[in-house]
Amino acid sequence: MRAFTTLTAVAAPLPLANVDTDTIVPARFMKTLTRSGLGAKLFHDLRYDASGNERPDFVLNRAPYRAAEILVAYDNFGCGSSREHAPWALLDFGIRCVIAPSFGDIFASNCSKNGVLPVALPPAACERLVAIAAAGMHVTVDLERETVRAGKGVAWAFRADPFRRTLLLRGDDDIDVTLQHRDAIADYERRRAGDELYTCTGFVPVPPEASSA
Amino acid sequence: MCRTLFQKIWDAHTVAPLAGDTLLLYVDRHYLTEITSPQAFDGLRSAGRTVRQPATTIAVADHNVPTSDRRLGISDPESRAQVDALERNAHAFAIRYLALEGAQHGIVHVAGPEQGLTLPGMTVVCGDSHTSTHGAFGALAFGIGTSEVEHVLATQTIAQRPAKTFRVTVDGTPPAGVEAKDIVLSIIRAVGAGGANGHVIEFAGETIRKLDMAGRMTVCNMSIEAGARAGMIAPDDVTFAYLRGRPHAPRGASFERAVERWRSLASDRDARFDRELHLDAATFAPMVTWGTSPEDALPIDGVVPDPASVSDPALRAQLTAKLAYIGLTPGQRFTDVPIDVVFIGSCTNGRLEDLRAAARIARGRHVAPGVRALVVPGSAAVKAAAEAEGLDATFRAAGFEWREAGCSMCVGMNPDRVEPGRRCASTSNRNFQGRQGPGSRTHLLSPPMAAAAAITGRLADVRRFAMR
Repeated sequence: MRAFTTLTAVAAPLPLANVDTDTIVPARFMKTLTRSGLGAKLFHDLRYDASGNERPDFVLNRAPYRAAEILVAYDNFGCGSSREHAPWALLDFGIRCVIAPSFGDIFASNCSKNGVLPVALPPAACERLVAIAAAGMHVTVDLERETVRAGKGVAWAFRADPFRRTLLLRGDDDIDVTLQHRDAIADYERRRAGDELYTCTGFVPVPPEASSA
Repeated sequence: MCRTLFQKIWDAHTVAPLAGDTLLLYVDRHYLTEITSPQAFDGLRSAGRTVRQPATTIAVADHNVPTSDRRLGISDPESRAQVDALERNAHAFAIRYLALEGAQHGIVHVAGPEQGLTLPGMTVVCGDSHTSTHGAFGALAFGIGTSEVEHVLATQTIAQRPAKTFRVTVDGTPPAGVEAKDIVLSIIRAVGAGGANGHVIEFAGETIRKLDMAGRMTVCNMSIEAGARAGMIAPDDVTFAYLRGRPHAPRGASFERAVERWRSLASDRDARFDRELHLDAATFAPMVTWGTSPEDALPIDGVVPDPASVSDPALRAQLTAKLAYIGLTPGQRFTDVPIDVVFIGSCTNGRLEDLRAAARIARGRHVAPGVRALVVPGSAAVKAAAEAEGLDATFRAAGFEWREAGCSMCVGMNPDRVEPGRRCASTSNRNFQGRQGPGSRTHLLSPPMAAAAAITGRLADVRRFAMR
């Protein structure tokens, strides 16, 4: 995974609450077998009209926001479906960070697996950032220091999930991190191996030795 | 120690601490679908990893599958490629695949419980947000992304922070015409679409206890629409009666011993929750959504809200845009809104009990001219059981289409779609923009309310219909 440390970039204002993952990528574009190429489908139905032409009033169709790497939105961004296609599409477009007062839980988790940082700031800060972004000013997101800065003296602190923060800063693969605990997993399986609740129907046949991890 | 249902399952599945309050949680049951798993299998292969516990993993294709004649196969090449990939991956990694043509096929959240594959006390994950459905059995069940699917395949664990606990207690007798769907829409309206973010909801109270398993699954299914990580209901005699004799439930003396253990899962009397909400079901009414978020729900005898009553300018602008999309005007009566399409089905309301409830309205009546109405059983078993009691004949005689199992018109990924600008009365779970197809307009409601809309050709108050 690509590491996230600090980012200074154009921020696109999207002052909407409850932006769902169907809006971020409509389900009909989820028939892909790969992770790449979804940037063109990002916010598809907001970004293009019925004939496929860009809607000039949509923020990502305007300069300087075509080059945005940060998105600022309102409450409950990324609610709804668990599709990881949403962060894949953001990333493929070039968005590396979303700032909002709150996020759908699964979306936030999916972001952090793809080097996209979800930053939760209070509603008033997001409103201010929407105005700053609308003025075309750059915003700096620093995961090391857990701060968002926009111009002189304008800064907010945020708290990232400590586990995800470490993974993001290092760009670690989370499966590799988990597999450092393979003995604990095998121990857990061994402890349960004789428990009829997990063996009587044969659906957890747990020979820990057979595990390839 | 006073613990909640959630905490008991959490503690029993803790494998190792990671960092901060994140830990590794063991996964008992992993369901796979065709949409969110192909990239996970590719990831496994490219890293040279394999599936740690294939026997706990079940694969079924549901989102992409046509609900017309199955013998014709899948004509859309992309859909076919995803379904083929799931079958191929399942075969390659020794994972059980519920074949499209088989008697066990269905929407994953209908077919899994039906087979007894979801049991109380389990941790259950699937790359689908409506995995919360399985919490109806007293399991901790939640949706995950594709990277997490890969992680669970490789390690049989998932990295999680403890959720906050939120008990929603519903007491009182719901008035006639109020279904499980109306209960959960009322809860979502009270909590808000993001109100339960970071929380696991435990649904409790006499109203919840009196629901059958189908109703409980409807309620837990939509807990994600309030932002909850999961929804759950303590297992009780209703749960055990449902599970007894299911193909993958324990049998004989094992079942009796399992029941004793499952009983101890209920939250302790003095358990503390981070949040509590009490609702009185006697105040509930049949509900309908008027906007593009499930929180936009109101009683059917109400009217479309007026943006002028909203003081915050951004929220007012968003509400105005919402009404423009959905094509309604402030103050308009819901029962005056004409509809084009009716969809009865989905992982929310595609079970036998749902179809029976809709049939009680459809029986001896007829779909209004110009309305297309679909009934899509949630699984092959639901379809067979419904046909055995003649529900298919009831629906067909009333002018409804009777189809094969699948996600169908809930998700706009298969041939069943709502055309742009068309309005659908739908028993599904999401009224998001474009959810049922580009430009589609969705009104969420219960199965009897959907049937009533089909008959009237407008959104309709089911309380004005005699049950048959």
